[in-house]
This record gives sequence, structure tokens and C-alpha cells, in this order.
Amino acid sequence: MVGGFGLSGAPLRLIDALEKAEVRDLTVISNNIGSPGKGLGKLLNSGRIKKAIGTYFTTNPDVGKAYHAGKIEVELLPQGTFCEAIRAGGSGIPAFYTPTAVGTVLAKGKEIRYFDGRPYVLERALRGDVSLIRAHKADELGNLVYYKTARNFNPLMAMASDWVIAEVDEIVPAGSLDPEAIVTPHVFVDILVTE
Amino acid sequence: MNRKEHIRRCIAKRAAQELKDGDVVNLGIGIPTLVSDYVPPNVSIHLHTENGMLEVGPSPPPEQADPQLINASRQPVSELPGASYFDSGLSFAIMRGGHLDATIIGALQVSQKGDLASWAIPGKPILGVGGAMDLVVGAKRVIVATTHQTKDGQPKILPECTYPLTAREEVDVLVTEHAVFRFEKGKMILVEIGDHLSLEDLKLITPAEYEIHSQLAVVDRWEGVC
Repeated sequence: MVGGFGLSGAPLRLIDALEKAEVRDLTVISNNIGSPGKGLGKLLNSGRIKKAIGTYFTTNPDVGKAYHAGKIEVELLPQGTFCEAIRAGGSGIPAFYTPTAVGTVLAKGKEIRYFDGRPYVLERALRGDVSLIRAHKADELGNLVYYKTARNFNPLMAMASDWVIAEVDEIVPAGSLDPEAIVTPHVFVDILVTE
Repeated sequence: MNRKEHIRRCIAKRAAQELKDGDVVNLGIGIPTLVSDYVPPNVSIHLHTENGMLEVGPSPPPEQADPQLINASRQPVSELPGASYFDSGLSFAIMRGGHLDATIIGALQVSQKGDLASWAIPGKPILGVGGAMDLVVGAKRVIVATTHQTKDGQPKILPECTYPLTAREEVDVLVTEHAVFRFEKGKMILVEIGDHLSLEDLKLITPAEYEIHSQLAVVDRWEGVC
């Protein structure tokens, strides 16, 4: 899983490091695949991504090209379903019903069930082996606070992988972040990376 | 202002009149973005953006733009007093949970039953849906703001959508440069028409079947926009 809404709140240094590492055939769960040649777009161009699960790949025309060339698989979810699937994955919930996408092509082949007379589609939770996320500040324990709209998918993805690596601007001593302001408690975070 | 921009602003201005004081509103990409310029002075709204913010303010001057403070169209925005930030899951809970009073959204096609198609074109790979489906299913009122026809003069307001749907029977109001329609109990009702065209003219460019409201308003849609 890789955080960010476009490049906002994307862990760009971690993505660069991943691009240098000898890993391939990745399944990437991220809202977008970056922009052309930027963020996850770099990883796409170097042929590391086998499958992309997300909501909005049209911001990077290279995704369309790779898809047409048969180089990547794409799985599209409505953005609210994508968020909830990650939250469920991090919360021990294997699946959930949502009203979104009922009667559309994105509900094709999925179970429909009525509650109180209204149809809902069954969606499976998402989990990752590793989450790469971006936060503003961390304390030494791994508690995280975020910055403005760079928060987006990062707190959800912090919950939903076996290993969670957070790229931060600054690491401060434990006790120096306001406990009321901490968004991601340290229990979710395994590794901190800063410059 | 060229004719195309003039029409877009006409639509945005009329759509803004659908908003009520105190509404929490999400504006889609395109014409809906222009709506914030035309909110009546006696109406105060609270703008929500799906990437995780409430009390979204106008675009700042370029030197004050912050790449980490953007709206869902990836445009720089500002914070109004009382602004809050939240993760994307909470942002969609606001929509799906029925806490959003209205959304104003664009359209590729609208059907006479209030179905909306706004995200994909047949025969092309489906690579982006974003938040449109959740927004339309979740918002209490769905206001579609769109040109009456495509730029090639093809009809958009149809008996059935031929493009992939965003949602079924969710549209409440449809605003174009020529007319305003409301959708009630599965019926499409013409409630307002511009004084620049006749009912027959409108019918010719609107293949959908619709009723005409007994108190149909005939208005000057072009006045005061520019």
C-alpha cells in the first residue's frame, strides 16, 4: 500500500528507495499511480508494477499505455469503497456492505443484499504486506501527526499492512507531541524514515 | 468572455441558487467548481472536499499556494476559520453516512429516471472513477450542472443512459443553460425554461420524456452573468 492523493501526501523518498531496490511484480494498492515519471509513475515506467488496485488512474496516461500493452492489471474501486476496504482490512473485518456502485459495472459479479429494502454490494477488505506512508511528524515511539490534506489515505494504510514504514519530516522525543493531536498511535508503525 | 465560458457561468449561477443557507456541500470538477463564485450573499455554505477537509476556502495567490493543501481537483485552496482535516475514510463516511446536504456534479448523460453517467465512455478502458459514485449515492441532494448537449450537439438528457452509470435514480435536480428539471417519484419534471427558447425548441434537443410543471417559470437565464 502506498499513501497519497496524487503526489500530495505520497511518500516520495520511500518510493525512490523502492525503485532502486531489486523488487518486481508488485501489487500496488494506491489511489493513483502518481504522475508521468513522478512518484509511483517512476515505478510503473521501470516495469515493477504487476497489478494496481485504486480509484483514479487517469491522472497518469502511462497507466493507460501500460494497460493497453498488457503490462499491468488494473482493479478499480469507488474511492469510498477503497477507503473502507483498507479500514476494514486494518480492523479485522473481512468484508462489508456498501450502497455505492449498486447497479453499475463496478458491482458486476459481486453479491447484492437488501437491508431495510435497499440494495447493497458486498466488498472484501484490503490488506498489504507493506505500507509506505507519509506523515508530518513522528515521535520516537512512532506516533504520527499529519499536515493538512497530505493526510488522506495514510492513516488508513498505517492500519492495514504487516509492515508499516512511515516517511516523516521530523522525529521528536516521545512526550513532545500533544496526545490529543496524535492521529496514528505508534502501535501501527514499524519503521520511521527521515532525512 | 467567450460564448462557451458564458454558458458555463450561466449554469453555475443557476445551480448556486439551489443551495440553502448552512448547507454542507461538495462541488465536482468542471462547471460545479464555478458555483462557489455565485453563492447568493444571504447564503453561507460549508465546502467539503473528498481528500479530507471541511471549510475549504478559495484558491490563494500563487505565492501562497501550498502543494499539501489542495482540493480533489488538485488545485491549491485555503483554510477558512473552523476548517478541519481528516483521513479519506472519514471523508467518505461524511458522504455515505448522509452528512452532506448537497453535491453539485457534472454529467456525461442523465436519464429521465434520474440515472447519472459521469465517469466512463463505452469502448474505452475503465481507469478512473474516483469519488463520484460515493458522492452521488451519499449526498442528500444531487444537483447536476451540465451543458444541455455535448460539444458536438449530441443529446445528453435521454430516456436511458447509454454510458456506464455512476448511480441509478439519484439525481434530484438537473440544471442546464436552457432549463431546470426536478426528479420526483421516478418522474422528470420541467420546472424552469429560459426565455430564449420555446417549449418545442427544448423538446427537440431533449429526447428524455418529461412532464411540464403547472407553474413553469420562464426566466432570463443570461441576465447578470457577465
